[in-house]
Amino acid sequence: MTGIINYGAGNIFSLTAALQRLGIAYGMINRPEELQGYDRYIIPGVGHAGAAMHKLETTGIIPYIKQLDKPVLGICVGMQLLTDFSEEGNSRLTGIIPLNTLHFSEKIKLKVPHMGWNKVHYPKASALFSNIAPGTYFYFVHSYFIEFNPNFTIADADYGIPFSAAIQKDNFYGVQFHPEKSGEAGETLLKNFENI
Amino acid sequence: MGRWLSVSEAGLITSYKKMLAKRIIPCLDVKEGRTVKGVNFVELRDAGDPVELAWQYSQQGADELVFLDITATHERRKTMVELVKAVARNVNIPFTIGGGINEISDADVLLNSGADKISINSAAVRNPNLINELAAAFGKQFVVVAVDTKHVDGKNLVHLNGGRIATELETEHWIKEAEERGAGEILLTSMDHDGTKAGFDNPLLKKINDAISIPLIASGGAGNSQHFTDVFRETNVDAALAASVFHYGEILIPDLKAELKANGIQVRI
Repeated sequence: MTGIINYGAGNIFSLTAALQRLGIAYGMINRPEELQGYDRYIIPGVGHAGAAMHKLETTGIIPYIKQLDKPVLGICVGMQLLTDFSEEGNSRLTGIIPLNTLHFSEKIKLKVPHMGWNKVHYPKASALFSNIAPGTYFYFVHSYFIEFNPNFTIADADYGIPFSAAIQKDNFYGVQFHPEKSGEAGETLLKNFENI
Repeated sequence: MGRWLSVSEAGLITSYKKMLAKRIIPCLDVKEGRTVKGVNFVELRDAGDPVELAWQYSQQGADELVFLDITATHERRKTMVELVKAVARNVNIPFTIGGGINEISDADVLLNSGADKISINSAAVRNPNLINELAAAFGKQFVVVAVDTKHVDGKNLVHLNGGRIATELETEHWIKEAEERGAGEILLTSMDHDGTKAGFDNPLLKKINDAISIPLIASGGAGNSQHFTDVFRETNVDAALAASVFHYGEILIPDLKAELKANGIQVRI
């Protein structure tokens, strides 16, 4: 059973719809005491990283998330929350993975938000991308990105600069793209996470 | 590619080999939960069912979908929400919904029903601050500003109500204002080209694309697959939208994408 951390940051209808299509059982976690009894966790999120962090802090769940030893997957802003810091609102984040979330506009002269389908490659083998060929397109929509890091980047994409399409540290995973909107490849990734 | 190279020469980027794909977007007009324009897909059980049509398009390789709800009754919001939920349940690609979104609460209920983006047109012209409010509430990536433009006396002017009502707003000026106010994307329809099947308005699209730094969707005039190659080559817009050529099966998306790829345009296949 997959537990979705439901802290009020954005639309989770599409995520739960995708899990239903795939026959993946899930439940909603609104409070720390509801973390019990799940095999894995998803932290969704859209919108402003600082605002999302504030909402997550308000639930009081962060210390318990940090102690989880089961697989945890952050999606989009949910992934960014795993890092130390975001330039969006100069926000201190959970610090589960020692990386920074940076603003595209300062670094590149391409259009922001980075919106659409971009190719993903894998500097490291990961069970999350099992049966997904290098160079597969995933759907991104974001203005801030997590820096590329050889230790934690398990998938990278390029938008003027290389950045982390997916990161991992121990049992914590994050994807910048939206697997629930990334066609069959995204569905394969959600199934892979279910098997980790 | 030319623009990317020039950026590279300036030392700001070092690589452009794995870039973003150009998007192909079918647009569906929906009235009271049913698609309005005729649809000519052989495999469809129910050509009027927007959800089945959307699913078909996603299977064919459409990158994104736009639904324009033209329901005029007071039941509108309810039918839109039902449509959005049904699409989100069944389709695994992103989609935008537009039509009759006038306030934050309209957008909020659509977001929570699974819409990835909302599109506002006349409401933004009447109340430009709506763009700021929506961007602040939901993030700019959620806010598409749709603009209908028509050439009048040597000027490109914004039009409302599907081109029937002219405004005094100059198109480029309005689009820049929309960007400044927090639009995350612009959907620009040339009313002069719409329905002609003579190709997109490439000179205007290039001018607008060069003037803004958010994604631009080209709309109006697609008649054959060469028109898509032309618009991406000549204007570097991010996406191209069409309705009837897809609905009537005059252009099949897999064929279109194969042709674009053969012409050196990056597409998701």
